[in-house]
Amino acid sequence: MNDNGFFGQWGGAYIPEILHQTFTELTAALRQAQADPSFWQEFLQLMSSYSCRPTPLTHAANLSRHFGGAQIYIKREDLNHTGAHKANNVMGQGLLVRRMGKKRVIAETGAGQHGMATATMAAKFGLKCTIYMGEVDVQRQRPNVFWMEKMGATVVSVKDGSRTLKDAINEAFRDWVTNVDDTHYVFGTACGPAPFPEMVAWFQSIVGTEARRQILASHGRLPARVYACVGGGSNAMGIFQGFLDDPEVQLVGVEAGGRGLDTGLHACRLCGRDASPGVAQGYRSMFLQDEDGQMRETHSVAAGLDYVGVSPILADLADRRRVRFTAATDSEVMEALDLTMRMEGIIPALESAHAFVQAFKEAAEMRPDEAIVINQSGRGDKDIFTIAHAFDDPSWKEFIVERARQYQR
Amino acid sequence: MSLETELRSRLAGKNVLLMTHIVLGYPSFAINREVIAGMVAGGVDCIEMQIPFSEPMADGPVILKANQESIAAGTKVADCMAFAAEMTRQHPIPFLFMTYYNIIFKYGEERFFADCAAAGIKGLIVPDLPPEMGGDYYRLARETGVAAVPIFAPTSTEGRMAELHRVADGFIYCVARRGVTGKQSSFDEDFDRYLARCRAATSLPLAVGFGIRSREDIAAISGKADMAVIGSETIRLVDSEGPAAVAPFIAGLR
Repeated sequence: MNDNGFFGQWGGAYIPEILHQTFTELTAALRQAQADPSFWQEFLQLMSSYSCRPTPLTHAANLSRHFGGAQIYIKREDLNHTGAHKANNVMGQGLLVRRMGKKRVIAETGAGQHGMATATMAAKFGLKCTIYMGEVDVQRQRPNVFWMEKMGATVVSVKDGSRTLKDAINEAFRDWVTNVDDTHYVFGTACGPAPFPEMVAWFQSIVGTEARRQILASHGRLPARVYACVGGGSNAMGIFQGFLDDPEVQLVGVEAGGRGLDTGLHACRLCGRDASPGVAQGYRSMFLQDEDGQMRETHSVAAGLDYVGVSPILADLADRRRVRFTAATDSEVMEALDLTMRMEGIIPALESAHAFVQAFKEAAEMRPDEAIVINQSGRGDKDIFTIAHAFDDPSWKEFIVERARQYQR
Repeated sequence: MSLETELRSRLAGKNVLLMTHIVLGYPSFAINREVIAGMVAGGVDCIEMQIPFSEPMADGPVILKANQESIAAGTKVADCMAFAAEMTRQHPIPFLFMTYYNIIFKYGEERFFADCAAAGIKGLIVPDLPPEMGGDYYRLARETGVAAVPIFAPTSTEGRMAELHRVADGFIYCVARRGVTGKQSSFDEDFDRYLARCRAATSLPLAVGFGIRSREDIAAISGKADMAVIGSETIRLVDSEGPAAVAPFIAGLR
């Protein structure tokens, strides 16, 4: 990254003047933390005692046998406290917030996992907390809303624009410019204005550092390929960083193919041809936008991938051909999820299941002495309503109808 | 005539200038025409026309909604350019564009500045483009004579104001308070100290915007700032009472 926060031609900090001073202070706090080895030690200590780090690397023996190719390993970020990799970034930023002395945190959330993690951190550190969430996402991730509120956070349902993640980000920025003196914006992914992409990627690097050590211990050598789903890009950046300096390891990012790349109903910024360079939400990257620069609606069954932009660090890695980008459609995701649950007893989040799709497509063509690693960024419990609906599960529907009837009395 | 010179000559014999704001294409270009005619008849000195953007990060609910409805109604950047050329021909006051950087970036910076100059646009206000991100932007502004108007905020330090002044042209837009557009501001002693810091940092005229709604607000900043900016309030007025209410509202402000 250069001094102005660019990775190649991507990134930067396109922020209103009111935030300039806060960003100067935030960057200084980050630099101080990076230079202080006790900060990372404190972070590791917190993540091993409050969350479940190191998270295991699971050998998916049944799936490996089923495809008859590469050995499939799953990095279990779903076993973090709050159920996703999001906790890594949030607890790290929480430690920074304590150092900076701010009393209130705000966050955007799509799938609700980042909001959940932020509400958890705020409860633990005694901070006030407001979470912005698009109205569409509130509907599809209702269990997370419930838990955030139970932990004392205020959840604001955002009704502007496409009512999804990007609109939640805009609204969080509006809060921040109003309450900049006492509030820190816990940005959830490796996007946004500098230093957020670098900061979030730094905290998430814990995933890749562990995964590299674990695959060497279990498999005896590096994996041939590493797969991660890409919404904003934080879980992908997390695991990829463990292998960036190993040119023999192929890195594969899987975007939300939605109903298909040729339908326009997807969220593919780095694969496909619908995205173009732009500047929005404080950073320069590839965006799904029209010829005037107005952002388009995106679509994915997974709220956490349903986003117009993508990490500037990943856009740069795409330019440099270090990461290969592909897409998984909504229906492929449901199939991969079904197979993983039945064969391994593991429930990936809908977001994470995108990475499984691409890994399953490629595993069979590989040799059994090769290994691949899939980052299971989160657990699927949060998606119970969406998944049950997609499977059209009759006993679940009966249960919901009966419960609703009880509430109506 | 440069924007700064034009504003200074208008300031002769007045306590404070008035700049108003509209969102292009909201509710329609036809209504924009009537509203602008009313503003000019009411005596405004300058108008900023916002080219709508789908992600107006610095705007509050009133202007946000106007942006979204304008885009939903099909407003294109090319329409805004053509409309601007029409307005600058018809009305003898300076017109500015306000927009977000992506609009300019996608249009092509070089072409955008050339078309602005050809359309008679005197300046640009872009709230998400700090000087360190805008190398080509500030160069093109100087080359085409379209003033790049920067923004001061209450959180800007003296050093930062000096930096912004170095790239500034036309005037400085001083944001009255923290927050987004459209909410009430209080013009108290803190505000006076802030404005004194702004004045010390630049020789350019100072405009004050965010939350200015009434004759009282304008009286409070007269003699301190050079120009008052009325933003969301005229949108509210047009929404509730129609474009004919604009001229008397503006005329009653000073």
